[in-house]
Amino acid sequence: MSVPLTLLGLLERGPSHGYDLKRDYDAYFGQGRPLRYSQVYATLSRLARDGKAAAGPVEQGAGPERRRYVITDEGVADVDKWLAEPAPPEPDLQSELFAKVVLALVLGKHAGNYLDVQRAAHLQRMRELTEFKRQGGTLDVLLADHALYRLEADLRWIDHTAARLDTIARTVRGQS
Amino acid sequence: MTPGHSAAGRSAANLRVTGHGPGAPGKFIEAVDLSLSFGSTPALRGASLGVAKGEIVAVMGPSGSGKSTLLHCLAGILVPSSGEVHFNGMRLDRLSDDKRSALRRDRFGFVFQSGQLVPELTAEENVALPLLLSGMRRGPAMAAARTWFPTLGLDGLESRRSGELSGGQAQRVALARGLVAGPEVLFADEPTGALDSVSGELVMNLLVTAAREQGTTVVLVTHDARVAAYADREVVVRDGTVSTLTGAKP
Ligand SMILES: Nc1ncnc2c1ncn2[C@@H]1O[C@H](COP(=O)(O)OP(=O)(O)OP(=O)(O)O)[C@@H](O)[C@H]1O
Ligand SMILES: [Mg+2]
Repeated sequence: MSVPLTLLGLLERGPSHGYDLKRDYDAYFGQGRPLRYSQVYATLSRLARDGKAAAGPVEQGAGPERRRYVITDEGVADVDKWLAEPAPPEPDLQSELFAKVVLALVLGKHAGNYLDVQRAAHLQRMRELTEFKRQGGTLDVLLADHALYRLEADLRWIDHTAARLDTIARTVRGQS
Repeated sequence: MTPGHSAAGRSAANLRVTGHGPGAPGKFIEAVDLSLSFGSTPALRGASLGVAKGEIVAVMGPSGSGKSTLLHCLAGILVPSSGEVHFNGMRLDRLSDDKRSALRRDRFGFVFQSGQLVPELTAEENVALPLLLSGMRRGPAMAAARTWFPTLGLDGLESRRSGELSGGQAQRVALARGLVAGPEVLFADEPTGALDSVSGELVMNLLVTAAREQGTTVVLVTHDARVAAYADREVVVRDGTVSTLTGAKP
């Protein structure tokens, strides 16, 4: 996820201080990992240097940074372009799930047990997320849904693989 | 401007709550070593499952593995050729046909995989059916049936003939019919199979809320993991047996 473009997007709502941008960024996107102030101010001055935002005059006050930033037309265009383009799909080809199944088969072990245990762990996590959804606010639901659909995708792969395990095992062992 | 939600610290990794843990599998419903064949096709081969009172259990597994057959045995619709089915301390599989029918009518609710609404009846008559069959008068039965329509997003379809409902609408009507009499146990076979994800979620929230409020025990067959995640635990049926590896807390 692009921090500069996300901050620029928040700036599109109206002129803001770095402090407010950081607070809103953390609330919407921080996911438990808040931005550092130094990162916010460094990003804002880079955006200003590149013509995506303009820094206002230093204001009166005792705060650490009393400068407001305004997005430029070029910045607005960048945000629009970013929002319209798809993020690169991440096929996650080297996932731990994949590695464990293949390794088990290569070693002639029964990968079915692993798949069963993994599917139980996935479902347990999905239960927690579902319960969380039932109690959470709109944004919590949105985030939990995203995690749920990803786990579901893993589970479908687990079921599909489990159903074809014998065939896959024969082929994998044939290769070694 | 600040976000309307206090969402600091939100992250997938932080979304942990204490769910309703599976607890020790109790004996409200218990199937022991069930076997059943249709002709030469074995559908169940030594399937065992215990369900505690008030528990919501998801039954998962590949197509043709025996999920529906297991559900029908637990519910006393089918009688296994060997094995035992206990319900609340009773040997369900040893009851006479009449007694089993009465038990199903008075204490169980059903949502069948194939819907099984009566097409000539209206949607609300279908929902009212379990109440009418247990002797409630028509007026109050229909009034009780009607209360389910708004919550299921079925407003205005009360007097539609059920043969003229969409698949997803019919499924929600079938769910209402399963719950209307406040059964002790609800057996639901793919109750969200014909629903899109949004109505599936609506139905599951309703089902879980109703079950928790009424203390209903639910046995829910589903192939959909997001639906199964509403249950307290899941079991997996494979080749006519219940897999013992799953359902355990990791
Ligand atoms: N009435 C029947 N007559 C003959 N065979 C049947 C009958 N009902 C089920 N079977 C067979 O028994 C096996 C188990 O069927 P069952 O309906 O229990 O599977 P299921 O797990 O519910 O599958 P699905 O996910 O497709 O609904 C299958 O091989 C099926 O063909
Ligand atoms: Mg079935």
